[in-house]
Amino acid sequence: MGLRSYIVARILLMIPMIFLLLSIVFLIIRVMPGDPVSLHFERRASEEAMAELRHELGMDKPLYVQYFEYLAGLLRGDMGKSMAPGRHSISQEIFSAFPATLELALFSMVIAVGIGILLGVGASRSYNSIQDYVVRVFGTVIYAIPVFFLGMILLLIFSVNLHWFPAGGRTKPLMEPGGLTVYLSKPAGGFLLHFLQSFPVGLAFLVVCFIALKRKHVKFWPRGLMFSLLAFFAGWGVYAMVAWHFMSAGVLHISTGLYTIDSVFEGNIVKLVEAARYLFLPSLTLGLMLSGVFIRLTRSNMLETLRLDFVTAARARGLKEGAVVYGYALRNAFLPILTMMGLQFAMLLGGAILTETTFSWPGLGRYLVDRINFRDYTAIQGAVVLFGILVAIVNLVVDILYAYLDPRIRF
Amino acid sequence: MMVIGLVIVLSMVLMTLLGPWFAPYDPTAVNVSPPPNPSPPSADFPLGTNLLGQDMLSRVLHGGSVMLQVALLSVLFCFIIGVPIGLLASYAGGLIDKIFNIVMDSFYAFPGLVLAIAVAAMMGRGVVNMALSIAVVYVPSYFRIVRSQVLTIKELPYTEAARATGAKGRTVLLRYILPNVVPSIVVVATVNFADAILTAAGLTFVGLGVGIDVPDWGWDLTQGRQLLPSGSWWVITFPGFMIALLALGFTLIGEGLSELLNPRLEQ
Repeated sequence: MGLRSYIVARILLMIPMIFLLLSIVFLIIRVMPGDPVSLHFERRASEEAMAELRHELGMDKPLYVQYFEYLAGLLRGDMGKSMAPGRHSISQEIFSAFPATLELALFSMVIAVGIGILLGVGASRSYNSIQDYVVRVFGTVIYAIPVFFLGMILLLIFSVNLHWFPAGGRTKPLMEPGGLTVYLSKPAGGFLLHFLQSFPVGLAFLVVCFIALKRKHVKFWPRGLMFSLLAFFAGWGVYAMVAWHFMSAGVLHISTGLYTIDSVFEGNIVKLVEAARYLFLPSLTLGLMLSGVFIRLTRSNMLETLRLDFVTAARARGLKEGAVVYGYALRNAFLPILTMMGLQFAMLLGGAILTETTFSWPGLGRYLVDRINFRDYTAIQGAVVLFGILVAIVNLVVDILYAYLDPRIRF
Repeated sequence: MMVIGLVIVLSMVLMTLLGPWFAPYDPTAVNVSPPPNPSPPSADFPLGTNLLGQDMLSRVLHGGSVMLQVALLSVLFCFIIGVPIGLLASYAGGLIDKIFNIVMDSFYAFPGLVLAIAVAAMMGRGVVNMALSIAVVYVPSYFRIVRSQVLTIKELPYTEAARATGAKGRTVLLRYILPNVVPSIVVVATVNFADAILTAAGLTFVGLGVGIDVPDWGWDLTQGRQLLPSGSWWVITFPGFMIALLALGFTLIGEGLSELLNPRLEQ
């Protein structure tokens, strides 16, 4: 099986999996005993009020109709309306909370892998020494500490007592970075002149295409010529059109929703420092929680790798110990770490719920907990669905990446 | 390692059983200490008091019972649900096995806490409900381990011999296969104890705990979050430490057991 067919098969396998996942959530929230609407009011509302809410949310229809409406809505990216007054669109609320969680998840994954590799390699270099023992104990203990307890301790030390870091939130009020904003004006000559001026972009596309064809050893006549002409004209035309669109709008706005990256885009160092200060404690908490797994994994993999012949050979050639460990052995131990990053993503999201609640970090987890306290079952359902889908997608990406890096996996 | 874990867990269990006799105050009685509350540790209240003026020492001594009950029950539920399904599905093989496998896999796709939150939000408060919602998360791991074991053992000569002598499917399953699956289930169960405790604490923290009228470490920890800005470290430190210690104890036992049962892994 080639890489391409493996990817196709893996994506096709996702479909029944996601379908089952969605069905499980529906089963839990709608079918299992306990009616979301009466639970929402804690049986303190009149029958009419409950019937009205049920009607508004479409919960008065037969279950199978609700099920198909739920699936159809998700296909359109619509998760329904929340039970809170105002009946906000759940998809929109989740969409606006998502970047905060993404930022937290990315940075804590970096911290977890960083700590894991550093300590794991350190432990494996001196097997059964005191250093090794301390690292192993650290890895076990850090796993047993509830992540929100860890967060509260860090909060208590570094925020309440030392005042080094803020106590919660994402950034100071009015310090939200806006991202990159470029003001554009239309060229005087109109679209035709603009189109002609875009000619170099087409040439750039042509060059890139040429290099790609050369590397793939495609013959120039006739397929190579066809591809390069296509790349040239399509690149030229599409660029001219897209650029013209933004020039007509007068402004180009690029924003990722990640405050650290947006403040870099904006070129505002004060905002960057502020965002990093707010991000530090939450991502350290979550990173520490996850680091235990990476420490153990790195340690055991490095112990195995350092015993192999090629490491001895590298040492025999007189390479420095650091180069042997990090340049040779770690590279070979890295594949399992990559897989573990995918596997731990679910745990990361679970920990993010608790960490966000501890640090009032306005992400998906905080949203979910907020909705639990309001007994807003439609929103809970939406958030749970999104968490499941996120994990499924990350697992897919990691599987594909793994297959790309390790050809054995495909057979 | 395992001995340390056993000592920790046994002393926690002892503490929970005997704690009520030593507790100086009623753990749920409000305002046993004169205001201002929360007050830091003092001679009368060695671990301080919380916002409601409850004695933290009494609450810590009583509070383990919820955690232990939830963890024990959830592991029990996992056993009752996961093991029979795993045994039957994998012994039957074919389509049934495939279907169960896919369903369990999709349960695996959720972050554990999220799935537990969804179930707990629908089931309401209470020790049994909490244990059930945690069990939902961990049933798939029991199913997987049982399945992989059965698939190997099913092909071993001695089961083949049993079948050849005319033993019924049920006999083979219960008398020949099950006893050999048990050790690996026990390892999973001890490790799951730790996870169940952490998940229970997490559920309490997001507001799906047992309730305010029961002393519970998780609940104390949750309440302590609001008191942090005032620097009341004693409200969170002791209950949090107890949860971590209990989870650590079970982790150590689990690791020790798995090393004992699979000596090859140690290398």
